[in-house]
Amino acid sequence: MLYVELTIQGIVQGSIYALIALGLTLVYGLLRILHVAHAALFTLGGYIGVIVTNQTGSLTLAIVAAAIIVGLVGMAVYKLAYEPLLSQPPYIALIASIALFIASEELYRIIFGPYGLSYTVQPMSGHIELFDGFRLKYVEILVISMSVVILSVLGYLSLHSRMGIAWRATVTDPSMAQAFGVNIQNVRYLNFFIGSALAAIAGVLVALLNNFVEPTMGSVASYKALAIIVLGGLGSIRGTLLAAMLLGVIESFGTIYLGHLIDRDALAFAFLILVLMVRPQGLLGAK
Amino acid sequence: MAYEMTLITTMAISVLFALSLNFISGFCGQISLGHAAFLGTGAYTSAMMTKASIPFLLTLPAAAITAAILGFIIGLTSLRVRHDFLAITTMGTGFLFVGLIRQQEFFGGEIGIAGIPSTGLGREGFMALCIGLAALFAIFSIRVRRSWMGFVYDSIADNEDITRILGINASTYKLIAFVIGTATAGVAGALYAHHFRFIGPDSFGFVESMSVLAMVIVGGIGSTAGVIVSAAVMSVMPLLFQFIDDYKLLLYSALLFFMMRFSPDGLAGLCSRTYDKIRRRRA
Repeated sequence: MLYVELTIQGIVQGSIYALIALGLTLVYGLLRILHVAHAALFTLGGYIGVIVTNQTGSLTLAIVAAAIIVGLVGMAVYKLAYEPLLSQPPYIALIASIALFIASEELYRIIFGPYGLSYTVQPMSGHIELFDGFRLKYVEILVISMSVVILSVLGYLSLHSRMGIAWRATVTDPSMAQAFGVNIQNVRYLNFFIGSALAAIAGVLVALLNNFVEPTMGSVASYKALAIIVLGGLGSIRGTLLAAMLLGVIESFGTIYLGHLIDRDALAFAFLILVLMVRPQGLLGAK
Repeated sequence: MAYEMTLITTMAISVLFALSLNFISGFCGQISLGHAAFLGTGAYTSAMMTKASIPFLLTLPAAAITAAILGFIIGLTSLRVRHDFLAITTMGTGFLFVGLIRQQEFFGGEIGIAGIPSTGLGREGFMALCIGLAALFAIFSIRVRRSWMGFVYDSIADNEDITRILGINASTYKLIAFVIGTATAGVAGALYAHHFRFIGPDSFGFVESMSVLAMVIVGGIGSTAGVIVSAAVMSVMPLLFQFIDDYKLLLYSALLFFMMRFSPDGLAGLCSRTYDKIRRRRA
């Protein structure tokens, strides 16, 4: 019984991780940049979600607004911060990204206040009873179903739409793709838009789960998402999804059984280091 | 005078710590995002020992050795994973260190260790020790940079595969860099613990790792003089400008971001470029 509950908790957490980490993988696959500031966009999504829901009362509108606004901000981040650094060694962009992330956390604290925000009326607060006392919250169902739908739609589009094919071509070989008439700049913008929008949706969902957003809600997510994409084998989408789910489940079991030894957030990295020692290219990475 | 001495001691410890990272990241090109873990290892080792009334000076080598052992292990992983993978692995080490310390009653857990005994050297003596150690390591760094080993590090940082093709055992040299750099960080940690007389898991977290990396990069990665200047200035800036306290982190991160964006080779690069420009204008 406990096992079922822990597994479900793990899957809920894993779905959130998957939504966040997917954007990071998209950026890494295309530009070879470890985009730490991605988690700042996740936080921004959470804030926009709560503010729009409180103002208008509509959660759907909030999710759409968060996705679009944050998507645009993501494109601006690429244009202003990363594009000029593409010719530099990769650690330069990484440090710039970490700096950008810390600066955004501080900005959120100054703009939205240090204490965080909550929903005035929390949407989807109920739950259903499945069997003997086992509860599943509506929010948890929403989280799992939304990530399944979003990820399958994206997967389908990347395989069958013109833009998806152009995107995959650019990831495989940018100069060849360009020779075939793909506009690389557009692909990059689209990449940042989709990745950031996914992070924003994850932000809204986390805000729903906790009924709370705060300036630092991205800190743990940012480093953990990095661990996830490294674990999956940098740039591998399937690897990222697998790693996200695995980590979600491992964490929910680990907190119960290893909690006295090591705290929850360090667990991800312990697992990461163990895997990297055996498979330096990550779970599903190419050698 | 007491306040100035505290400032200078803080500076010297930061310079020593930043130079130790510069040895690994600047010379050998192995970016580490978890260097505070080694500062922490040294600090905890030394603090636990002086609390058991072992003389402070004896704890310095012990702190160096425990940090170096941990550094050797991380160095071994650097032989396995490279570049971005290594950056994340070292970051993971930092989180692992804090995560483990936090759960151990033995190390004071969440609360940390307070009431670390005095060094018995007096304020002046301790300051002189810190300055002396920092200066010693600075001289050592400059000597290494100009030696055969320094050339090997340059070539590993530039292109490890070619170094190997030239018949140089890059793995050994990388391990040496990790051991020297982390042992020095351990010594800096011992000094840190006895300077502030209090340590906790949060003193050695990700923010600390990032700020030391910021010192190295703002100074100019690999440049000993640049790192000394930036570490000295950046370590006392928050103390001198108490009034900007609320915006401190924002200011730091903005500074770091703009440095990366407009002068990725740091102060040292900025200076040498300005110098070149002036000379060209004169010619």
